[in-house]
Amino acid sequence: MKAALVGNPNAGKTSVFNLLTGLNQKVGNYPGITVDKKWGHFNYQGTDVELLDLPGLYSIYPKSQDEEVVFQVLRQKDHRDHPDLVIVVMDATNLERNLFLATQILDLGIPTLLIANMIDLMDKNQVGVNFEKLSELLGGVPLVPFNARTGQDLALLKSALLEVPLEVASSPHTQEFTNLEEWNTGRQEEAALGEARYKRIRQILSFCQPLTRKRSVRHQKWDQILTHPVWGYLIFLSLLALIFQTIFAWSEVPMNLIDTVFLTLSQWTQATLPTGPLTNLISQGLIPGLGGVMIFIPQIALLFGFIFILEETGYMARVVFITDRLMRPFGLNGRSIVPLISGVACAIPAVMATRTIDHWKERLITIMVVPLMSCSARLPVYTLLIALVVPDVSWGIFNLKGMVLMALYLVGFVAALLSALLFKWILKTKEKSFLVMELPDYKTPRWSNLGITMLEKCKIFVWEAGKVILAISVILWILASYGPGDQMASAIAKIPVPAEAAQQAYYQQQVKSVALEHSYIGIAGKWMEPAIKPLGYNWQIGISLITSFVAREVFVGSMATIYSVGETFENDQTLLERMSHQRNDLGKPVYTLASGISLMLFYAFAMQCMSTLAVVRRETKSWKWPLIQLLYMTALAYISALIAFNLLN
Amino acid sequence: MTLDKISNSSKSYIVKQIKKGPLTTKLIDMGLFPGKEIRLLFKAPFGDPIAIDVQGYTLSLRREEAALISIE
Repeated sequence: MKAALVGNPNAGKTSVFNLLTGLNQKVGNYPGITVDKKWGHFNYQGTDVELLDLPGLYSIYPKSQDEEVVFQVLRQKDHRDHPDLVIVVMDATNLERNLFLATQILDLGIPTLLIANMIDLMDKNQVGVNFEKLSELLGGVPLVPFNARTGQDLALLKSALLEVPLEVASSPHTQEFTNLEEWNTGRQEEAALGEARYKRIRQILSFCQPLTRKRSVRHQKWDQILTHPVWGYLIFLSLLALIFQTIFAWSEVPMNLIDTVFLTLSQWTQATLPTGPLTNLISQGLIPGLGGVMIFIPQIALLFGFIFILEETGYMARVVFITDRLMRPFGLNGRSIVPLISGVACAIPAVMATRTIDHWKERLITIMVVPLMSCSARLPVYTLLIALVVPDVSWGIFNLKGMVLMALYLVGFVAALLSALLFKWILKTKEKSFLVMELPDYKTPRWSNLGITMLEKCKIFVWEAGKVILAISVILWILASYGPGDQMASAIAKIPVPAEAAQQAYYQQQVKSVALEHSYIGIAGKWMEPAIKPLGYNWQIGISLITSFVAREVFVGSMATIYSVGETFENDQTLLERMSHQRNDLGKPVYTLASGISLMLFYAFAMQCMSTLAVVRRETKSWKWPLIQLLYMTALAYISALIAFNLLN
Repeated sequence: MTLDKISNSSKSYIVKQIKKGPLTTKLIDMGLFPGKEIRLLFKAPFGDPIAIDVQGYTLSLRREEAALISIE
């Protein structure tokens, strides 16, 4: 049997879905659009039920892409996801508005089960409802009072589900939906129909709901603090600081662990499998590529864990409320603030977090500018370059090195806002931006949903973006390991093989360096030297620019390989020394303040991260936007690096 | 009078009419239909958006959206 879950946002639809399906959930796509399709399975007393979790909405008349999906699935009988039965989850504490959608679904003529969720809160708010009477007044539709917070009476819910008669006598109100195909947004009749529907609902409710709900005073106190012009922002900023601190602190250990596991696995396969190109591909290309996908999991899981808590408690809606006015001039809205700031940790979960922005243009703008925020992968690059070119001077507590680092973060943020402004002006849309949004009551999160959400986000990333990331990293590995003809082999043969064992390590480093120089990427790096010379770079930097497309921090490792020194420059000052002694053909140092700042600006702005591009493709469902992003960010990086180099040189 | 003009949060108002436009149906979907009793709860910093009580639940609106709603 196929069933579909429908309900208002915040009515507890996801909780019901999780209770029914547990971990038997899948996420996919509706063809051609950017809406996620979520479905799951469960078996009750021998009947297998396929349950589709449709996006939350307030009315069946579609006003956004998400709502369009619900409309089509429920309306078109031949749609491949059209259900045999609809389960409508309603917030029992706000029946009037929840019945608006529920009665629309009933009028569609699909077999329906109504769930009156949150009956626990109903008692607190002293709303007495006669559910039997309500069911009767709605034409004998089965209605189950439920509490998704505890999951009590789940068996009752399941058996009620199986008992729903699959034949529906046509309701007296179905004529509203007979000519829906010709319907388009904003028609005047729709407003009139809406008013008439509410009139009907009020009439029905007057027979079974004696009391109207009062807002609790406790919630108002919280609102006053959390939306306060001073305290509101202070609390938000300190919460953010706390969240990022925790993400950095907690993700470090699992990230190192993933790194070690894949490094060990790579070494083990290299040692165990017979030597040859296939073994190299597996141990040096495939396994590190997989590791490069997995390494993001801790940050994604943690960030979405925190976002889940912010959403579930109802706090996120308040954040949107107090930041909306600030973000609006830039073509963004209050929902953009969390993805934007999450970009400081990593653009990947940040881009994924834009899902909550329901206005497509504002969501797209947020996605386009998020990678300009200085993410944690830029930090090793900044640290190396600052150590190399910025003089160690201080004025009181202000150290120049520290100030340059801070300026780089600031520059990223300002660039993000200005680019947003540009996109706001360029991108055209028919949809009007609005913020008619429910501020839900404060609740404690349902912790069992937390794990499911974190798992779901990681699964989406690994399965959908992971493939692209893996493919690109294998291609880049091949390009860095092989060169045309026997150039690489003959260049390596020219390095004198040391007689003493003590010099073996240095010999190996030299081989690596020469191999990279004569690989396809090495040749490309040399070939592009004329293009990057105006920015103050040499071909060595050119090579590292290409290799660091895997991840920005690879820049440091590539520099180490090219200059034949150990991989970690923290323990080893030789990379810094060697780089500072580099001279160009005019005999001047390559790494000066001018070229260093130019390179840092390049890294601040350039889209040097294939994983982000893969996620943007996944979230926008096309290569168009990641390509535009790659182009505009590279152009921005090139031009600002060029200006900086020429001003400082 | 329109909803964006009020600043008194102790007084209740009745929705009189919603200006015709692309948002009309959205506002009605959310429960703001003529005859509904509403009350201003609080405003965001800079006075925009505002939060109103719609007989038991809280709804936030931008000022330009509130301006579409005439009240009495």
